[in-house]
Amino acid sequence: MNADFTAEELAFQEEVREFLQNEFPRELKEKVDANIRLSKEELVRWQKILYKKGWVAPNWPEEYGGTGWTPTQKYIFANEMGRIGAPEPVPFGLKMVAPVIMTYGTEEQKQRFLPDILQSNVWWCQGYSEPNAGSDLASLKTTAVRDGDEYVVNGSKTWNTYGQYADWIFCLVRTDNTAKKQEGISFLLIDMKSPGITLKPIVLLDGHAEVNEVFFDEVRVPAENLIGEENKGWTYAKLLLTHERTGIAQVPRSKRRLAALKRTAAQTDDGFGGSMADNPAFKQKLAEVEIQLQALEYSDLRTLAALSVGKAPGPESSILKIVGTELAQQMDEMFVQLAGYHCLPFVPDQFEEGFQGQYIGPGTTASTALTYFNNRKLSIFGGSNEIQRNIICKAVLGL
Amino acid sequence: MDFSYTEVQQMLQDQVQKFVQKSYDFETRRKIVDSEAGYSEENWALFAELGWLAVPFSEDDGGLGGSAVDLMVVMEEFGKANVVEPFLPNAVLCGGLIARLAKGDQKTGLLEEIMSGQLQLACAFAESGARYNLARVSTSATANGDSIVLEGEKVAVLNAPNADKFLVVARESGEVADKQGLSLFLVDSKAEGVSVQAFANIDGKKSGNLKLDKVQLSGADRIGEAGQLYDSLQAVVDLATVGVSAEAVGAMEALLQKTVEYSKTRKQFGVPIATFQALQHRMADMFIECQLARSIVMMAAMKLDSEAEVAEKQQAVSAAKSRIARAIARVGQEAIQIHGGIGTTEELDVGHLFKRVTAIDVMFGNGDYHTERFVSLQS
Repeated sequence: MNADFTAEELAFQEEVREFLQNEFPRELKEKVDANIRLSKEELVRWQKILYKKGWVAPNWPEEYGGTGWTPTQKYIFANEMGRIGAPEPVPFGLKMVAPVIMTYGTEEQKQRFLPDILQSNVWWCQGYSEPNAGSDLASLKTTAVRDGDEYVVNGSKTWNTYGQYADWIFCLVRTDNTAKKQEGISFLLIDMKSPGITLKPIVLLDGHAEVNEVFFDEVRVPAENLIGEENKGWTYAKLLLTHERTGIAQVPRSKRRLAALKRTAAQTDDGFGGSMADNPAFKQKLAEVEIQLQALEYSDLRTLAALSVGKAPGPESSILKIVGTELAQQMDEMFVQLAGYHCLPFVPDQFEEGFQGQYIGPGTTASTALTYFNNRKLSIFGGSNEIQRNIICKAVLGL
Repeated sequence: MDFSYTEVQQMLQDQVQKFVQKSYDFETRRKIVDSEAGYSEENWALFAELGWLAVPFSEDDGGLGGSAVDLMVVMEEFGKANVVEPFLPNAVLCGGLIARLAKGDQKTGLLEEIMSGQLQLACAFAESGARYNLARVSTSATANGDSIVLEGEKVAVLNAPNADKFLVVARESGEVADKQGLSLFLVDSKAEGVSVQAFANIDGKKSGNLKLDKVQLSGADRIGEAGQLYDSLQAVVDLATVGVSAEAVGAMEALLQKTVEYSKTRKQFGVPIATFQALQHRMADMFIECQLARSIVMMAAMKLDSEAEVAEKQQAVSAAKSRIARAIARVGQEAIQIHGGIGTTEELDVGHLFKRVTAIDVMFGNGDYHTERFVSLQS
């Protein structure tokens, strides 16, 4: 039993490190470090750099433009990305709809959609949650009624991330009202330019509208945009839930933030002549977070080891989600605590592209509360942490 | 990266599992605990025969390999069944010190006796007032002509009532908390001036306080160099810490499994209590704690087996013990809570597992101590 990488894996790690060092644009890195939100153009620019290198879709099969990497190589890549703070590609196209199209789409659909996803030419968003369908997603009510060669879609979707940038949306829609709730759902791809679609931004606690409500009013969608069979959409949607759970623990990102916490603590006066790095209560919390992160990292590695010998990811991904998000949120709180009074100014614009006003600091202290607020989402989205516990109860404990 | 067991480790796991399933049910264990020795000599002979007592020793020393992962495998299975045989004091603590420090015939002889199960040893390192500081030793070893005189008191000496011999940590020079100046002495339990105040611990294990009243030794009774014990003692205690942490992982797994099973059979309000989400999520959290505990003990064991720097190894051990302590409190307390009243009695194994993990929490430093040590070791 050992946790060492092989010589080839270490060489690969070096290769990734060098690539990121040279190719992750410095302007973007500076923004990431200053907690400034990256624009759509910047994200696309970065994704196209990854595409050019052939590394934008590590999890795709090689035939579609994936990397053919082993699970360990994927792990190393994600690790290095997180280490320098390079953003992961936006997941909606590459990680969410693409595997569904690959698995259940027609040849035509694959050719039509996959290359543009791979090249980041088309921006996708997700149409799953509804105002009355959150954790109980299968109770969704947006309808799609077949009318000749088209579906007519009515209803609304919510918590739609970056819908304002999106060219396409993948939706779960109800096509049969009489069947059991899971059995009347279909998976539909909809052009965001279709007449009848309107977007209403939802401003979150951090003052930014990264999510939207999307309204569908008699939206006509060509029937050829249906994935697979009508009323089988729930099965297809579930693929997303089992796919791509590795990396969900966000260990590399949390390591990077832990290092930042330590740096910040050392630079923060405790008001009594010392620094917060020597504050006993803070030190204690910091140590507990660091130890928890090590436990999480080795849990992540255990999952990786299982994947490497061909075992499918099981319910352990629920653990990784719960612990990973709770840990990230704990660090959010600690950044707020370190900032003291300086967490109070609410100036969201200064963490957006093109801010012209007078910056309020010191450093990024005024972003700490915003991040804390924003990241409350972590334990809610992607199957809330309570839903994850339900999964553990059912799948592992047999309750 | 490879998280699988070797063939030997797999075999060890299977063997211990078979043994506890066949010969270590709750009633049998209770009888063993209630016996005067507090362990079964028959089991002890079997442990020796199957080579388990040779697990912590290198092949050069006649052992099975001596890796921390090997120890983890065995201790975890012991933990599941709450095995009380004095494996830790004999094979890990005393055996570890002898393997590191003894030389020549003394070493070969003692190791052979340990691995064959013929000798019962107890390691007397802790003192009242020292808490978990291994360097804080006031028991003195003073030269008097050709002989050495031991004087002092030791506490929490596991296996003391059964010990044929003690390994005693005593100070030959330096101030009371100096790392320098500590030596290890082999002391016969029947020697003049040796007395044991015997008791059973909260987990049923036999233990005792040791009094050394002008005990006369010779230089030949010293194991290793004079005054140079500290680093070896630290290393052996670190390995033992990983050992009891692994035992806790096994015990917590048993606590979780028994709690889940019980919740499915216990009915209130006409339904199994397993159907209550308030309890389900707590069991899910117990599961998470068990998994995190397992992960971090694996980390520490692998680190001890690696070529890492000493400080890095110590830090990994402290990370593990600190995290294990949190898991112990959570899993142990929840297991009792979900069992309800019956969980607070002596009648069910969960209560005994709870007592055992509570004792493990204290052993070699509790969570707070190891969190503190983790911080102090940061470069």
